[in-house]
Amino acid sequence: MHPTSHHPSIPPAHVNAEGQLAGFVHSFDTGAAVDGPGIRFTLFVSGCQFHCLYCHNPDTWHLHNGQLMTVDEVLKELKKYAHFLQFSGGLTISGGEPLMQADFVGEIFRRAKQELKLHTALDTQGFLAAHLPDDWFDSVDLVLLDIKQMNPEKHKTLTGQDLQPSLDFALRLSTMKKKMWIRYVLVPGYTDDPADIDALATFVDQLSGVERIDVLPFHKMGESKWLELNMDYRLSDVQPPAQQSIDWVTHKLTLPINSSITRCVKQS
Amino acid sequence: MTHSDHLHYKTAWRDFNEGVWQTSVAVRDFIQQNYTPYLGDDQFLVTKTARTAQLWQELSVLIQQEQTKGVLDVSADIGSSILAHQPGYINKNLEKIVGLQTDAPLKRAIMPNGGLRMVQAGLEAYGFTLDSQIEVAYHRYRKDHNQGVFDVYSPEILACRKSAIITGLPDAYGRGRIIGDYRRVALYGIDFLVKEKIREKAELDAADFDNDDLQVREELSEQIRALNELKQMAANYGFDISYPASNGQEAVQWTYFGYLAAIKEQNGAAMSIGRISTFLDIYFERDFQKGCLDETQAQELIDDLVIKLRIVRFLRTPEYDELFSGDPTWVTESIGGMSEDGRPLVTKNSFRFLNTLYNLGSAPEPNLTVLWSNALPAGFKDFCSKVSIETSAIQYESDDLMRPQWGDDYAIACCVSAMRVGKQMQFFGARCNLAKALLYAINGGVDEKSGICVAPGFEPIRTDYLDYDEVIEKFDHMLDWLAKTYIKALNAIHYMHDKYHYERLEMALHDRDILRTMACGIAGLSVVADSLSAIKYAKVKVLRDDSGIASDFAIEGDYPAYGNNDDRVDNIAVWLVETFMNKIKTHKTYRNSVPTQSVLTITSNVVYGKKTGNTPDGRRAGEPFAPGANPMSGRDKKGFVASGASVAKLPYHAALDGISWTATSTPDSLGHTLADRVNNLTNCLDGFCTASGFHVNVNVLDRDRLLDAMKHPEKYPQLTIRVSGYAVNFVKLTREQQLDVINRTFHTHN
Repeated sequence: MHPTSHHPSIPPAHVNAEGQLAGFVHSFDTGAAVDGPGIRFTLFVSGCQFHCLYCHNPDTWHLHNGQLMTVDEVLKELKKYAHFLQFSGGLTISGGEPLMQADFVGEIFRRAKQELKLHTALDTQGFLAAHLPDDWFDSVDLVLLDIKQMNPEKHKTLTGQDLQPSLDFALRLSTMKKKMWIRYVLVPGYTDDPADIDALATFVDQLSGVERIDVLPFHKMGESKWLELNMDYRLSDVQPPAQQSIDWVTHKLTLPINSSITRCVKQS
Repeated sequence: MTHSDHLHYKTAWRDFNEGVWQTSVAVRDFIQQNYTPYLGDDQFLVTKTARTAQLWQELSVLIQQEQTKGVLDVSADIGSSILAHQPGYINKNLEKIVGLQTDAPLKRAIMPNGGLRMVQAGLEAYGFTLDSQIEVAYHRYRKDHNQGVFDVYSPEILACRKSAIITGLPDAYGRGRIIGDYRRVALYGIDFLVKEKIREKAELDAADFDNDDLQVREELSEQIRALNELKQMAANYGFDISYPASNGQEAVQWTYFGYLAAIKEQNGAAMSIGRISTFLDIYFERDFQKGCLDETQAQELIDDLVIKLRIVRFLRTPEYDELFSGDPTWVTESIGGMSEDGRPLVTKNSFRFLNTLYNLGSAPEPNLTVLWSNALPAGFKDFCSKVSIETSAIQYESDDLMRPQWGDDYAIACCVSAMRVGKQMQFFGARCNLAKALLYAINGGVDEKSGICVAPGFEPIRTDYLDYDEVIEKFDHMLDWLAKTYIKALNAIHYMHDKYHYERLEMALHDRDILRTMACGIAGLSVVADSLSAIKYAKVKVLRDDSGIASDFAIEGDYPAYGNNDDRVDNIAVWLVETFMNKIKTHKTYRNSVPTQSVLTITSNVVYGKKTGNTPDGRRAGEPFAPGANPMSGRDKKGFVASGASVAKLPYHAALDGISWTATSTPDSLGHTLADRVNNLTNCLDGFCTASGFHVNVNVLDRDRLLDAMKHPEKYPQLTIRVSGYAVNFVKLTREQQLDVINRTFHTHN
């Protein structure tokens, strides 16, 4: 794959003073069980080109907001939980946008797989994926692909970036026979237009490897972070979607898809 | 034994496998020879019958009235004993299992032998008056436990009590945490048990009659008396329990009678029922074989028993309620675990007990405690997880840690204290405040709140910045003083309790020769660990008030906090647990009891916090401690696996009375579907158990739900949450306790 002109490139890899590969880490969390199968060790790396209006971690947008850690340091932390994660879940790298630090993230996945035998999941919007060769994904068992909107205009309004790279990536994963979970944040007034939902359903229907579609209802837990960062939160007046709406979208999205997909209704 | 005696036993024990249990009291042997492990899932369970629903409904009306009034009624005219009250019923026509503490449901008894003062305070608080004859009797003719203790306390102990460096001592009421082997009543009947006690006493006829011999002989006589009273109590309800129970219903009824007699006489903080579900299952299975019991009837019996256990009540004072909020009684029933031979001790009755949380709705009592092992059958594990997710009412303790220590017939007293049933008891010792001890080390024994010197003979730290080595040295000496003073207080309490408020019925359901432990406890573990971490890894400046007391601390820089799976600070917590245990061990204990300790606060973490000044970890004066072995709320930032991993490092060998962790997760963070959540929680419990974690209270809740319950308590009469070591109706907590729970770390999904 060759990057097309409208793709910004992946920033260069960081090395620390001793010449070791390093990256910016926002935080990590142990125990959440929705970012991939089972209980996850979730590494949140910083940096993201999308500036989604509903983002609940806007403090992860800037690469350098994170703490510089070497791959070894991350592995050391991860290793504490390896035995547990082997039977209960695995490693998920989220962000921010992990592909902003593809060398760092790729090396963590590679070693988590080889040395710790962990299930690995990449949580991404796929915007930069075209820069990466297929074998970069060999150490990734599952891609949690966030599709923010199916309408290119609305996508741009919502995220500040183009939609097409995400869709290209989905199609590529499908060709590569990678397992995927599609994640869609349902925001009243922004992503709940039936036409857009139909478009997503149609798009997802042509993909192979989709194991699951998660409809994630918008919530305002991130609002306080926007305020702390002195940023203008434009969704203050938007309410979380009604359960009826969540059920309808979930139904629409899972309906046309082959029966192997887990029909996932988020329980309240 | 006469011929007719033989016939009674033969009939009652028909179809059971034989064993030594038939010739001597050996309940474990009976269980091992006769129980049927159940390896399936929860599909066989049935819902409540119309009868159960009606009975529970009638009772719910009274419970609602009690909730409004605080206390529904008190029998203030009778000092309670096994035979003090006439039989009482909820609705005699509906009840399958009978027996109440007094002559009416939710009517509380008074137990002046523990301490008349507490009885009077409790009565006054709820607008009742003590019968004058009782007052006269205790002033003129008889002494109580509370008086005895205060006769011998030293000024130093009194000062410690007042400053709350030692708090929650059972010196004014029953000590509790003793579990009679109530199963013996069902398996043997009273006559057999009395004969055994007579034999045990006769064996001592040739002894020297020193203090110890005489104490045991007098106790045995009291035990025999109590057993006979228990028999009479049952007769008053229309049951002859001279001989063993001969079917499932009788087995439940006989066992409950044993327990009922205990709670008529003792108001201990924790009155656990033991480990009865698998024992009773043996009777149910036999009845199933005979065709005289079906699943609906079996569940009804358990539902009925659990209804009784839900309405155990004691008269408490407002001060007690501040410490242990929400009217807990710790009717702890231990469920599951593994046999030493590798068979799971899970039976269908293990499921039926948990099923009461569906049939009767969620509730804090009985305190259902699952003895978790990685080897438990998958169907049972998943059912437990499902119950936790849907009710937040149960707790888990590692059978894999306890079994090697206590065998496979132990039960949990109170929250986390394991003891072999009928073979072991503990002297409950509440806990001492190690965070305050650290402040005493810094202030040379002067209390930071009152300015009074509580620990005499110590020099304060005089430097502006705290030096780790100096603090450790001074703290070490302060802990020596604290351990010594603390054990003296406990020795005094238990000597007097044995003397004036002896648990004659509970002890009648023990062997004569038992293991006694002196169960000490510590509070403020995470405050001290974080404080020492701050002193070691950041810089801590002392801010002194006009009188020179270190009244506040300024932290310069960051420090690793306990609860993030970081060895730098977790090792300090481990050191603290081991160090204090070693200090306790050096002292002489009453009746040569084996010293142990717990890392458990129950809900007293709030009161401890209230009575402790600013601490070097940045905690503000008055702010609650974390409960039990929990990390400080909000400081465990790496998720609950990391938090649990820190707690799991605390060594059980140095805290054999238990290590309590309370974890709250939101439903969302456990997975999207119930099946995912169940699977994930089961894996977490296995993971925690594998990491040598000892105990966890699992809550699966949203904070918003609790906030709404504070605003609209009427909407949540049965909302149950696990606090530290027990479950509680959220709406019955004091406001302070509610806020503490809400401010605890909720592990959410980012």
